Amino acid sequence: MSKILIIAEHLNGQLNQSTAKCVSCASKIAGASIDIVVLAADPAPIAAQAAAIAGVSRVRTIANAANANAIAAIYAPQVVAIASDYTHVFGASTTVGKDLMPRIAALLGVSQLSDIMAADDAHTFKRPIYAGNAIVTVKAPAGQIVVATVRAASFAAAGGGGNATIEAAAVAVALPTHTRYVNLQQGGGDRPDLQTARIVVSGGRALGSADAFKLIYDFADKLKAGVGASRAAVDSGYAPNDMQVGQTGKIIAPELYVAVGISGAIQHLTGIKDAGTIVAINKDAEAPIFEVADIGLVADLFKAVPEIMAAL
Amino acid sequence: MKILVGLKRVVDYTVRVQVKPDGSGVAIDGVKMSINPFDEIALEEALRLREAGKATEVIVVSIGQQTSMQQIDTGLAMGANRGILVKTDKPIQPLTAARVLAKLVEKEQPGLVILGKQAIDDDNSQTAQMLAALIDRPQATFASKVEVDGNVARVTREVDVGLETLEVDLPAVISVDLRLNTPRFIKLPDIMKAKAKPRETLELASLGVESGDHLAATHYAPPAKRQKGVVVKDVPELIGALKAKGLL
Repeated sequence: MSKILIIAEHLNGQLNQSTAKCVSCASKIAGASIDIVVLAADPAPIAAQAAAIAGVSRVRTIANAANANAIAAIYAPQVVAIASDYTHVFGASTTVGKDLMPRIAALLGVSQLSDIMAADDAHTFKRPIYAGNAIVTVKAPAGQIVVATVRAASFAAAGGGGNATIEAAAVAVALPTHTRYVNLQQGGGDRPDLQTARIVVSGGRALGSADAFKLIYDFADKLKAGVGASRAAVDSGYAPNDMQVGQTGKIIAPELYVAVGISGAIQHLTGIKDAGTIVAINKDAEAPIFEVADIGLVADLFKAVPEIMAAL
Repeated sequence: MKILVGLKRVVDYTVRVQVKPDGSGVAIDGVKMSINPFDEIALEEALRLREAGKATEVIVVSIGQQTSMQQIDTGLAMGANRGILVKTDKPIQPLTAARVLAKLVEKEQPGLVILGKQAIDDDNSQTAQMLAALIDRPQATFASKVEVDGNVARVTREVDVGLETLEVDLPAVISVDLRLNTPRFIKLPDIMKAKAKPRETLELASLGVESGDHLAATHYAPPAKRQKGVVVKDVPELIGALKAKGLL
């Protein structure tokens, strides 16, 4: 039977939604029992949120002042200390998970699977390669612990209403002091988080300037949406890096994705392929974005977007 | 201080890779191969650190067939001091790559190892983190700014919620993100000058590295296609379509 450990991702006392998506992935493995581990300075409030996720048997907490920030070199040995109780260790394919999970795998002497988008069975998974141009089925060896990052956008969040037991894990390992947290500059402000927003509006190169990109923010605010950008728009300095949607940026799955002035390079399309409904507004009728859009509007964005905003 | 930089030979980013009809792999015979773009950024950063007097020598390493010497040649033309090719005929997975690099770290004792945050073929994003674990040193992944001051590096990282800054003691492993720098262009005299630079070839088998190639790829498939939708003629029709789906 599979015993799966999921590493909780959290910030400022709030559990990240990607953790419930990892639970959803783990629950695809027949007969799996699922635990969550919360590493934090004060794990209690986060553990309470994790315990409410449906399908979780147990939440284990590792309280330590050194766990205030998710530093891979500090988290990894603590996870390894409890890993022998499990057949699988999963983390989300977020920057936190991508930073941490390979370090855990290397300490355990095993390979790591990145960005799994389907779990066929306990040792068989699907993942994208070549920026999403191919999907490979990968088999992990049966006798080894499976360490993986889960492509959160490929899974719906597991529901609430769970009532897992919460217990402290006794972990006594020496933690390194060679890596120190300095600060975090958060972007985004009051807008919904790009990775969890129900609606996302993204702008591309056609905006033409950082000033013009304000139209995207205004449009998003009207829709109560998160804001994204294509790599071209970010590279041109119209939008900050953390807004980039695509294979090398954020992979998202909102209910509604509105691509404004985005041509639709494959890297970008990989980042939105799990979106519910894709709307494309672009004046070039030949743009690849129209191949994947559920609703396309061939129009000048500078005319169409204000017109939509006026009609809402 | 020495800096070790990894250069992976990958299918050029402009090539649209196709899955073979029998699902046995991707068709890459005869396509253009290049240095993984993230690795080029890693090398550029190492060169800038050397030019700023923070490092004395930049060593480029590639693991692969003899053809990977082309990527080392390019790295030397960009300005690296010397190259090491770790030769193997079969593709290797990140854990093996990290174990090979750990051996080279032991031998060369670099103050920094700078790698790309991921290779654009397998999109794994693992080798830097695994190497840091194996040599029990700090890692600063997805770097968008690197400042070296004596025995400490201050690295700004591109994380989901914004920009995080870490301070790490050297030796350390850094993986770089897209916007750290823009790699320089190579001029013809650089290529000529690079011809005289030292290149070393080591057989992977001679390094005594335990294989970490544990994963078996059993099938390749093209991505599921989204159905092409409708094109609406104007804004009122667009709003109507969204309302019909209950999205507005």
